[in-house]
Amino acid sequence: MIDLQGYGPRLLQGAWVTIELGLLSLLLSIILGLLTATAKMSRSWIAHRLGTLYTTLIRGVPDLVLMMLLFFGGQIGVNMITDWLYYQFDIDIFININEFVAGVVARAYGMSESLMFRRIRFPQMMRHALPGLSNNWMVLLKTTALVSVIGLTDMVRVAEEATKATHEPFTFLIPVAVIYLLIASVSEWGFARLQKRYNVGFGES
Amino acid sequence: MEQLNTWFTQLLADNEIFTAQTIGYYAHGLANTAQLVLLSLLIGLMLAVPLAIGRSSSRPWVKWPIFLYTYVFRGTPLLIQLYIIYYGVVFVDGIQDTWLWLILEKPFYPALIAFTLNTAAYTTEIFRGAIKATPRGEIEAARAYGMSQAKMLRRIVLPSAFRRALPAYGNEVIFMLHASAIASVVTIMDLTGATRFVYARFYAPFDAFLFVAAIYLCLTFGILYLFRYLEKRLLAHLKPQT
Repeated sequence: MIDLQGYGPRLLQGAWVTIELGLLSLLLSIILGLLTATAKMSRSWIAHRLGTLYTTLIRGVPDLVLMMLLFFGGQIGVNMITDWLYYQFDIDIFININEFVAGVVARAYGMSESLMFRRIRFPQMMRHALPGLSNNWMVLLKTTALVSVIGLTDMVRVAEEATKATHEPFTFLIPVAVIYLLIASVSEWGFARLQKRYNVGFGES
Repeated sequence: MEQLNTWFTQLLADNEIFTAQTIGYYAHGLANTAQLVLLSLLIGLMLAVPLAIGRSSSRPWVKWPIFLYTYVFRGTPLLIQLYIIYYGVVFVDGIQDTWLWLILEKPFYPALIAFTLNTAAYTTEIFRGAIKATPRGEIEAARAYGMSQAKMLRRIVLPSAFRRALPAYGNEVIFMLHASAIASVVTIMDLTGATRFVYARFYAPFDAFLFVAAIYLCLTFGILYLFRYLEKRLLAHLKPQT
C-alpha cells in the first residue's frame, strides 16, 4: 500500500467536497438551464435576447476567469458590507461564500444548450436529455478541479499541498487521478443504466 | 464622432489601471496563450491522426493501449495532469544533468506537454468517431477498385473523416483555449496570469477580469467564425440542394 503520510483522511474529505460540489452545481445548472432554455424559446423578444446573451457570454469565457471574477469581485462586494464586522466573522462568511460562489460558477455549465429543445413530457425528455446531461456531468466533474485554485479544499488542493510539503508528487496526485477516473467510470455506468431504462419501448439502441 | 471621442477621452482620463504598461502585460500574456494553444493543438493533431487510425484498428494490442491512454486523459482533470507533469518532471532520475533540463526547467514546456497529451486524447476520440462513421459503401467501392488498405485510408477514409470531424474539432479548439487559462496556476504569464498580476497590483478585480473576459470572448468568436467558414467551404457538398 502507498504511504500517504497522514494525508489520507484529508484526501478523502477533499474527494467528498468534489462530489458535493459537482452534484450541487449540476442541480443548480439544471434549474438555471431550464430557465435560460425557456427564456430562449420564449416569444418575447427581450427574454430571447437575454437568454442568448447569457449563454454566449458565459460560454465564450474560460471557467477559471469567471471563477476568479466572481471570487475576487465577490470579495470586494462582501468587504464593503462586512468591513465593520469582526475579522474572524469576516473569514467565516468568506468560507461560506467560497463554496456558494464556486457552486454557482462551476455552474450552469452549458446546460441550457443541451436542454434547449427538450420540452416534451418528462420521460421522453429524459430519454433525449440523458446523453447531453451525462456529457455535461463529465465536463463539470473535471471543472470542479479548478476550485482548488481559488482556495476551496477539494482533493486537488489537498494533493497539491501534500506535494509541496513532502516533495512526492506521484504519491498524492496519482491517487487523486484514480479517484477522478473512478467517479467518472461509476457515473458512466450509472448513466448507461438510466439510458437503458428510459429507452424501454423505443426499440432500437 | 466628435462627441464620442471626447466621451472616450473623459472616460479614460481618471483611469489608472489600463496604462501602456499593463496593456503590455496583457499583450505579453496574449502572446503566451496563443503560443501555448497553437503549439499544443498542432502537435496534438499530428499525434491524434495515427492514434485514431490505430484506435479503429481491429488488432487488440494496437487498440487497447490507445483506448487506455484516451480513457485516462479524458477521465481526469487537465489540472491534475498539469500538476503531475509539472511537479513530477523533477523526479525523473538524472534528468537534471541532461540537456532536457534546460528546456523542462521553465514551466512553459511541462504545460505544453500536458496540454498536448490532453488535446491529443480528445482529438483521437473525435477522429475515431469520424472514421467509424465512414459509409460502408465507400469502403466497398474502394475495395472493388483494388485499393490497398493504406491507399484506401489515404484517399477515401481520412479525407471524408476529417470533414465529418470538423465541427467537433472546432469545439475542441475552443475548449483548449479556455483550458489554457489554468497555465497561470503554474506561474506562466499567460492571459490569465497577466490578469492575476494586474489584479493583485491594483486590487481591481472587475477591471482586470472583465477586460480579459472580453479578450477571451473575442478569441472564441474568432475561432468560431473561422470554423464556420471552413465548414461552409469544406462541407458544401453536404448541404441540401435547392
